[in-house]
Amino acid sequence: MSIMGVFFLFIYSVMGLYLWQQGILRSDWLKEGEIAYAPSSSNFPSLTPQKVGLLVFLSTAGCVFSLLIAAYFMRQGSPDWQLPEMPSILWFNYFLLVVSSCSIQAAYYSALKSRDTQLKSWLLVTGASSLLFLIGQMAAAYELQRLGVYTYGNPAASFFYLFTTLHACHLIGGLVALFRTIRKSYQQALGKLIAPSVELCAIYWHFLLFIWTLLFLLLLGKGDALGVICRRVLA
Amino acid sequence: MTDIIIKPDKQVPPAEVPEMELFHSHSWWTTYVFSQDAKVIAIQYAATAISIGVLALILSWIIRIQLAFPGAVSFIDAQVYYQSVTMHGMIMVVYMLTAILLGGFGNYLIPLMVGARDMVFPFVNMLSYWIYLLATLVLASSYLVPGGPTGAGWTLYPPQSILTGTPGYDCGIIMMLVSLILFIVGFTMGGLNYVVTVLQARARGMTLMRMPLTVWGIFTAAVLALLAFPGLFVACVMLLLDRLLGTSFFMPSIVEFGEHKNYNGGSPILFQHLFWFFGHPEVYIVALPAFGVVSDIISVHARKNIFGYRMMVWAIVAIGVLSLVVWGHHMYVSGMDPTFGFFFAITTLAIAVPTALKVYNWVLTLWRADIHFTTPMLFALGFLVTFLNGGITGLYLGNVIVDVPLSATLFVVAHFHMVMGIAPVLVIFGAIYHWYPKITGRMMNETLGKLHFWITFVGAYAIFFPMHYLGLLGMPRRFYEMGQTAFVPDSAHSLNIFITVMALVVGFAQFIFFYNLFHSLKHGKPSGGNPWRAASLEWQTPETPPGHGNWGETLPVVYRWPYAYSVPGADQDYLPQNMPPIIGEHII
Repeated sequence: MSIMGVFFLFIYSVMGLYLWQQGILRSDWLKEGEIAYAPSSSNFPSLTPQKVGLLVFLSTAGCVFSLLIAAYFMRQGSPDWQLPEMPSILWFNYFLLVVSSCSIQAAYYSALKSRDTQLKSWLLVTGASSLLFLIGQMAAAYELQRLGVYTYGNPAASFFYLFTTLHACHLIGGLVALFRTIRKSYQQALGKLIAPSVELCAIYWHFLLFIWTLLFLLLLGKGDALGVICRRVLA
Repeated sequence: MTDIIIKPDKQVPPAEVPEMELFHSHSWWTTYVFSQDAKVIAIQYAATAISIGVLALILSWIIRIQLAFPGAVSFIDAQVYYQSVTMHGMIMVVYMLTAILLGGFGNYLIPLMVGARDMVFPFVNMLSYWIYLLATLVLASSYLVPGGPTGAGWTLYPPQSILTGTPGYDCGIIMMLVSLILFIVGFTMGGLNYVVTVLQARARGMTLMRMPLTVWGIFTAAVLALLAFPGLFVACVMLLLDRLLGTSFFMPSIVEFGEHKNYNGGSPILFQHLFWFFGHPEVYIVALPAFGVVSDIISVHARKNIFGYRMMVWAIVAIGVLSLVVWGHHMYVSGMDPTFGFFFAITTLAIAVPTALKVYNWVLTLWRADIHFTTPMLFALGFLVTFLNGGITGLYLGNVIVDVPLSATLFVVAHFHMVMGIAPVLVIFGAIYHWYPKITGRMMNETLGKLHFWITFVGAYAIFFPMHYLGLLGMPRRFYEMGQTAFVPDSAHSLNIFITVMALVVGFAQFIFFYNLFHSLKHGKPSGGNPWRAASLEWQTPETPPGHGNWGETLPVVYRWPYAYSVPGADQDYLPQNMPPIIGEHII
């Protein structure tokens, strides 16, 4: 449960800071007349509705994953828990996800500088490496099945399948957005115009990399360290 | 008395809200069916929620008839009884109350009240409704599959919910879980819209501390829902895997009918944690919008500004924050560590502080006000009393030592029906009577409205007040038949008959409301744009009902808070939010 504590501490601080910046402590209702206010240009000029929407969605997705991790910790204590040996292809997959996260960031920088050719190639690298990651995750699942590690029986294995599937679902959703961005990049000459879309993709990809890092650590059996860190943050 | 500071010398700032790109439909289908207009989506949400709510109402009659006249109706056997209990609970809490308060009122009121043209992501908003409808249809169609819907109780506790003895083991439970997952996906899309619209699409001058409390309530509830529904999502996905793939997330090693099932080592308590992590905030997801709406109704119909606006806002936020850390009080009898029980009892009792603060502020708003006993006001006052009643029994149940003997008795049933059944439903009725003129341009019939109120209000008390006594006698909830029990006297049975008769009366009385609702569409008195002389922004639209894009050519500019009633020195008894301030003879 300490992971939920850390998660909520983080969410509450961000929300509290945001509301404070938006003037939740001001007494505007006592004043009559116009007050300088426009949400897009006030305190956070770069926060577009799309970006706020994505951040709100990430907090929901973050909540799903931290609850899953909390469930993992709670279930871990039972005697039937046996962490299976993770197939080594997962390391390669992890590398692919890091590549896709770096390349989408590179794409964002090229979009800002209107380097259209670079932008397109970085976006394609992201798409390709993410697809390869998904294929690699499936290969890992097949490998485990071959070794006799099924969804049922050992709960640690069940969690492996649950984690990878839910993470993959999120990545597939992101790929839909990425392919729309790629299509846009081929329709529009100026990369700067699609920089906001690329930025949204970049945020999402970094988030998924972060989540997968946590889940991967758990699956490798390094979860206790995470629990200790969370408890220490709370203490 | 309001303390208004007018600063005429203050320069009008250049801040401009950018215009929104609206989707303009060109066909009947995209205008009324696959509409991206939040107002149409709101009506679709409300209509679906009310329809499925009527089904849940009928299910409650089945429950009540069985309790009062056991065996009198032949088709109500134990299986039908448990299916009715389950479906009644789940539909009312999730598919009716959550959907109508956030999907219905949220969609209709947020853009109008904050001065936006529409929700920020209209397409996602449309998708949200259709996924919700799909979820509702999946749930309702579980009546058509072999074995019928699940009878696991609305909490769906494993291991019992996915064992063969439970009604709806074959398909019902799967459809319930799939439907819930769909609902959460759809709701997340809607919730994103409500939150981002409030944060990003407010009109010029509409600062956070000038928003109506309705918007504050719905906004906080939406944030809460986005953080709490993941609990239910995770629980449903894992339970579905336990049922379909034979994983053992929640299922312990178990022997059923002499056969050892393939499950091993799972933790049913884990499910309870995940479920109530959603389940308790759910109470406030329903209650917070109701709090907001009631504040607005009371202020408008008492012609007085809301007392302690800032405290009201902070109380809403504080309740939102606290409600995420009290779920354990639903699990006092689950055998958890007493230290946790202590922690959850403290947080549960702490939540009474901001809630009581709100009740005091409502009462102080009414104090020496010019109260108009219109139908919406009656419903708002009804809510106040009912919520207080239900809240106070909540204080008893929040204490571990009181909860343990009362747990699983009708006392709990009476408590939560008062606090999150009757109270929000009264607000929903009040809100419909209040905003109906804006939605349709016609008034609802006041006489029928008052008749509807008194039967519903008095009837609800006749149902749930005696139920507390039955609970104190130790009469258990969830029992299909009492059989021979020494501790329940015969008089308790007479009381049960009385409750059932009243439940039927109150249920049928709702047809007065439906008649009024549909009859007034054509024959109601034309209302004009602002029949209640209300100050908040939604009543100031150029057209009634508001057209596509809400505000005509230009977006409104907000000059004051939404509670400028009976302002000293003003010409009229209310000042609309978008009316420029008047100093002497000049409008600045």
